[in-house]
Amino acid sequence: MENRLYVCSSPHLRDGCTTTKIMLDVIIALLPAVVAGIWFFGYRAALVILVTVAAAVASEYLMRKGLKRNNTISDLSAVVTGLLLALNLPPAIPLWIAAVGAVIAIVIVKQLFGGIGQNFMNPALGARAILIAAWAGKMTAWTQPFEDTVTTTATATPAADAIATATPLAALKQGIYGAYSYSDLFWGNVAGCIGETSAFAILLGFVYLLVKGVITWHIPVIFTATTAVMTWILGPDGLFTGDPLYHVLSGSLLIGAVFMATDYVTSPITKKGAAIYAFGCGLLTALFRLYGSMPEGVSFAIILMNVITPLIDRYTIPASFGGERNVG
Amino acid sequence: MLFINRLFSGGVAVPHRKDTAEIETVVMDIPSKVIIPMAQHSGAPCRPTVKTGDIVKVGQLIGESDAYISAPIHSSVSGVVKRVEPMLYASGHLVMSVEIEADKKQELSEDIKAPVVNSREQFIEAIRRSGLVGLGGAGFPSHVKLSPPKDKKIDYLIINGAECEPYITSDYRECIEFAPYIIKGIQLALDMLEIPRAIIGIEDNKPKAINLLKEKSKNDSRISVYSLPSRYPQGAEKTLIYTVTGRKVPPGKLPADVGCIVFNVNSISFMAKYIETGIPLIKKRVTVDGNVVREPKNVEVLIGTSIGDVFEFCGGFVSSPYKVLMGGPMMGIAQYSLETSVIKNTNAILAFDKKEGDLPPETPCIRCGRCATVCPMNLLPQEINRFVMAGRYDELHKYHVLDCIECGNCSYICPAKRHLVQSIRLGKDAVRRNAKKA
Repeated sequence: MENRLYVCSSPHLRDGCTTTKIMLDVIIALLPAVVAGIWFFGYRAALVILVTVAAAVASEYLMRKGLKRNNTISDLSAVVTGLLLALNLPPAIPLWIAAVGAVIAIVIVKQLFGGIGQNFMNPALGARAILIAAWAGKMTAWTQPFEDTVTTTATATPAADAIATATPLAALKQGIYGAYSYSDLFWGNVAGCIGETSAFAILLGFVYLLVKGVITWHIPVIFTATTAVMTWILGPDGLFTGDPLYHVLSGSLLIGAVFMATDYVTSPITKKGAAIYAFGCGLLTALFRLYGSMPEGVSFAIILMNVITPLIDRYTIPASFGGERNVG
Repeated sequence: MLFINRLFSGGVAVPHRKDTAEIETVVMDIPSKVIIPMAQHSGAPCRPTVKTGDIVKVGQLIGESDAYISAPIHSSVSGVVKRVEPMLYASGHLVMSVEIEADKKQELSEDIKAPVVNSREQFIEAIRRSGLVGLGGAGFPSHVKLSPPKDKKIDYLIINGAECEPYITSDYRECIEFAPYIIKGIQLALDMLEIPRAIIGIEDNKPKAINLLKEKSKNDSRISVYSLPSRYPQGAEKTLIYTVTGRKVPPGKLPADVGCIVFNVNSISFMAKYIETGIPLIKKRVTVDGNVVREPKNVEVLIGTSIGDVFEFCGGFVSSPYKVLMGGPMMGIAQYSLETSVIKNTNAILAFDKKEGDLPPETPCIRCGRCATVCPMNLLPQEINRFVMAGRYDELHKYHVLDCIECGNCSYICPAKRHLVQSIRLGKDAVRRNAKKA
């Protein structure tokens, strides 16, 4: 038959937004944190970022090829994973460890579970957790901004020395309060992971993501607020004596709440589910920080909540329009 | 003018593309033949009352049914019956149809006379005889809608002029060209059914229609005109009722259960015209548009005219069409052939080239949740999609799959371009089949 017509089921119109555009928006939103990281920690930070992104994209490419699946590097999700991992690594991390982290994130956490959309935890955080377990010393060797000297927490002695070399939360863990000014914490002039130190840069990215409609405020705000309230209540000198602002601006809480906990794949679908999830993230973060053996707990809090996300989704199925909720 | 602040949750801002809005409706020439299907409505199909060789006149009854939920079918031309057999229908199925070769004289049937309407019963019977079905899309027989159960008190007559689908302007042209008939039809229905109020709902991208109807109805305090936010699917029955009254029709219930009756502007206007002339539903305004149509416009078409003839009347195609739709791009049905006929509830025929008609390839779901955000029925399309693709139909009831109105928002918005509503249709079908088996 001449002029055969193409027949398919409606709708016949599609919005212009694609997975690639969303990933590109996340990359753009991460740029302020990238710039801040390079500003404070120098070319070393740039190298780490380049290595993880390259390793992530390369392992995604090879893995898809090896599995004989269509290649997905053009959706840019591997770039996002590489970037997020780099921003959550110490600036002085040996480059080969950074590369191993990117390979773990893509190959083990993402592709072995089916690739984009199928991973049960955030790939960058999953990889980071494995790196911490494998190279605890290297993963906690911090650099002060604008300096190349590396001091590990193991060698840092308490008191005066520690103030100069520990991260804000490590200082807190050692019982030193107010080691850094709020202003240094806000701008990012403190020791820490490449992308976590500048609250300002992360907030710029947050605003961009909100404006572009990539994420809603729910998870970042509820997560951060819960940690703030919990650290305030469970203060060092009894109830309601904590320093919530110090906790919010320190460590990876903001980058975690804005960029990691909001990962679509590993967070609940509904607003209600997201609220439960974000509350859980915030609560666990506070408990890990205050009572855990390590100074920071954002990564593990998010990973734990990632894992129970399917459960949250199952119990938060909304009622349909005009209808009643089915339970379970 | 009343502006509505209330809005159903979800919805998307689809492109409007109302290119034909300000072009006056053109009456199409009488085609050489019409093919009139016997099932142009939801409910029982009609059986043909004519046979090959019969001479028929305009408005003559050619199909009827004894079933209550059905609507009679009339000839749109005068001429000779050529064939009575199953023929290709807009849905892609074969449906019993009557082919009539037109003599182009358009002689009116002697049966046609303006009906006497002095009571509710006479009014409903007249509308039944007129063959009117919902002209907005679903094609539900109008006399059934006009007869809600006795225990259901109706306090709102809602007139749907939202026209939220892209391209389509046939409701808008009715408002502009026949506003007095719309008002007359509303008054008739209010009087006959003793309904206290009527609300005309029109999306705010059509201010001319809103102002005109406001002007024409200013002497009747029972009628209000609401400007509705332009958000697809504003014109879906449930979302429209919610926007104008704040009432939610529960799943599986009808508008009458929340005291509402809803008619499209074309349907209510037709009622007034029918009471005046007695000419049954034999023609329809159709928006002809799409990027390969040479002269997009609104055309008044005799029912049964092939869509190919209608496109031809609009100057044909600038390049060969790749996809042809009956209805809008969000819910319209893709056509296999240009031979299918315009039927009672056809409001648009659109033709597109490959660029516009092709769909992007499906990629993996990233669980962004946009589909759930835009769903006007508050469903979780990506979860339903997951279970349908895995064949786990027993899980679907938990996700209220049968409440989907198939507006297409989820598939429209999906950044991964997944075929969400398409899989939901599959799931609905499986759930209904399983229910039958059980």
